[in-house]
Amino acid sequence: MLEIIERRVRDKKVVTEPLQLFQQQGRALAPMADSRCDLCGECVPACPTSAISIEGDWSVDAGKCLFCGDCLPACPRDALAFSVEVPAVSDRSSLVLRRNVPLPELRLKLRDEVRKVLGRSLAIREVDAGSCNGCEVEVNSLSNPMYDLERFGIKIVASPRHADMLLVTGPVTRNMLPALMKTYNAMPEPRLVAAMGTCAISGGPFGGTYAAGNGVAEALPVDIYIPGCPPHPRTVLLALLEALGRL
Amino acid sequence: MELLDSLPFPPFGYEEKNGRLHLSVPDDMLRPLVSHLVRKEEGELSNLYYVPNENKVMALVLVPRHGIVVLESELEGEGYPSLTAEVPAANWYEREMMEMSGITPLDHPDPRPLHLHEWPRHVHPLSSAFDKTTKVPFTGEAHHFRKVEGDGVLEIPVGPVHAGVIEPGHFRFSTAGEPILNLEVRLGYVHRGVERSLEGCALNRALRLVERISGDNGVAHALAFCQAVEMSNPVPERAQLLRCIFAEMERIYNHLGDIGGMATDVAFAVPAAEASVLRERMLRLNAKLTGHRLLWGSVAIGGAARDLDEERKDLLEGAMVELGLAFEPLVDSINGSPSFLDRAETTGALSLPMAKDLRATGPVARASGWDRDTRRDFPYGAYERLGFLVPVRREGDVLARLNVKVEEVRESISMVKQCLDHLHAGELRSEVPAPEGFGLGLVEAPRGELVHCVHFKDGKIIRYKVRDPSFCNWPTMERAVLGNIVPDFPLINKSYNLSYAGNDL
Repeated sequence: MLEIIERRVRDKKVVTEPLQLFQQQGRALAPMADSRCDLCGECVPACPTSAISIEGDWSVDAGKCLFCGDCLPACPRDALAFSVEVPAVSDRSSLVLRRNVPLPELRLKLRDEVRKVLGRSLAIREVDAGSCNGCEVEVNSLSNPMYDLERFGIKIVASPRHADMLLVTGPVTRNMLPALMKTYNAMPEPRLVAAMGTCAISGGPFGGTYAAGNGVAEALPVDIYIPGCPPHPRTVLLALLEALGRL
Repeated sequence: MELLDSLPFPPFGYEEKNGRLHLSVPDDMLRPLVSHLVRKEEGELSNLYYVPNENKVMALVLVPRHGIVVLESELEGEGYPSLTAEVPAANWYEREMMEMSGITPLDHPDPRPLHLHEWPRHVHPLSSAFDKTTKVPFTGEAHHFRKVEGDGVLEIPVGPVHAGVIEPGHFRFSTAGEPILNLEVRLGYVHRGVERSLEGCALNRALRLVERISGDNGVAHALAFCQAVEMSNPVPERAQLLRCIFAEMERIYNHLGDIGGMATDVAFAVPAAEASVLRERMLRLNAKLTGHRLLWGSVAIGGAARDLDEERKDLLEGAMVELGLAFEPLVDSINGSPSFLDRAETTGALSLPMAKDLRATGPVARASGWDRDTRRDFPYGAYERLGFLVPVRREGDVLARLNVKVEEVRESISMVKQCLDHLHAGELRSEVPAPEGFGLGLVEAPRGELVHCVHFKDGKIIRYKVRDPSFCNWPTMERAVLGNIVPDFPLINKSYNLSYAGNDL
């Protein structure tokens, strides 16, 4: 034990990163077409989750996108690039990103009374409703010393009884649906529901089978959609802070 | 061929394909043959499943010194004599076959459903008559857990929603006082219908889905899929080395998480925090090198999808040196703490005979003294050219699993460096002909041996069987916890760190 203390005193390094750093780093980018795109449609069948549409203008549904980049090499004009950062939104339809249309801003429409009750802190219960565990990796990353979620007064709690927010990952499988509903019903009101990751938003690559649904919104009223596959910890952290009105 | 001579009776027919021995056997001979290979030849049952289009039960047995044996058995009726009574490792495979395909292994000792909850007995998701989008209502039939009865026996139900951020699964403990008398693990909560979804799926689409079977083992799953599609067609050397680098980086970040997790579960906060910092640095390195924190999308059919230029190579090499330097003090502080050792030593011990009978794999098997590693025993890609040790421990307890993982991190760092030394300019991908027939992917994932068996017909996937290492290791954990106290369960569970998503599919 003494050795550990000695080593920590010697190293004197703080690894925790300030909030401004997260706000500056640009990551978790979605694909977007530039002016070279002439709507030839080559990228549409290349997308594994049919997230791309060329009706009207080029658009991608960031709630379906796997951020895999399969569309990029499919474009004969090299017009696609991972260039836009999608924030969390409270309205599912604003995750559909269109060319030449301004991106949604990170402004979550939460009811004032909810914010009033929550104050500056937030207790989260996470439920994996069929995720591949990629989202769990990133939720766990939030607790590491670099992101250090708890310094913001945001805590992942063990019981739904203590939780203000239900953070759901996965497409909501048939076998997990009863447990998800029980967890939600065990939470005190007012309660928030956040759908984290492509599966939770739209079912992703697994949705619409005998075993899995098409996302959390089929089962629960969703307040916040956090895009990504899996979402970057920064995206999640900024979404949580915005939900508390602290950005 | 020697193996053929040693069989107790000749098969219907045999064929050598891509270095594998394919035997076709009558369905009532499957049990004695597999049993012979497992008991007399030290073979390991690595997969067992049903192919509806061909009405065949397939068994994959890895026999050391001889190679890979694939047994194919065409069914004459609705069932075949169950293997489980003689080969206990077949238990879950056969229960899965019963519910998913409606095949009856006759005289199976435990014919309860495995992963489908409150599901009608006559509906089978993998049968061709079943429409994969059907929503099947719950039958309301409760699951029957194994009962332990007697004075003072208490049943403790835990899950599927847990206190921490982990995947969902239900644990039913029977205890007398603190010690655990019996544990039944009930899974299936994250069953997403992966195998059915993959049937008829285009290959590029399938790759994206396969990466997401078990997210933290995404590279291993993608690699197994690509091997199955490539069917032993050559892959450029540079791509092989890159695949190896990505696979070892995946192993490093997974093991770092496990090591930190074990420290967390004994409330040893400083090393836990240090390990999570190292892990986060690895995830960021992954993102810098491949554009994805979990390395998804870095493997492609016929090669690699991400290349490392000189700048990235230097970055990776420097990062490996730094990781090596930071890793040792972390290990010293964990292994040098008597209070940690007190919790970890003798806790959750899995004996070697039990590991062999239930067919443990990966770090779990190696910690119990079973010297097995797919990378060395059935080498693929660049592994043949790399020098590495396979760490083995004898004790089978939490500490042994920790130490196996610690040494594997060291070996992986060395393997990444070796790959970087070998990495010369060259092609990144080669064209692969459309697959036909049976494709096999055999990969050592961070959690152990991972098998993908894919059947193609006219360029389409007609049956896709995934066997994640966790599927083999879950039943062994039910044994390892016996006699331990309930508060040690989280630590044992973390030392295993099995995937629920990979198991449930």
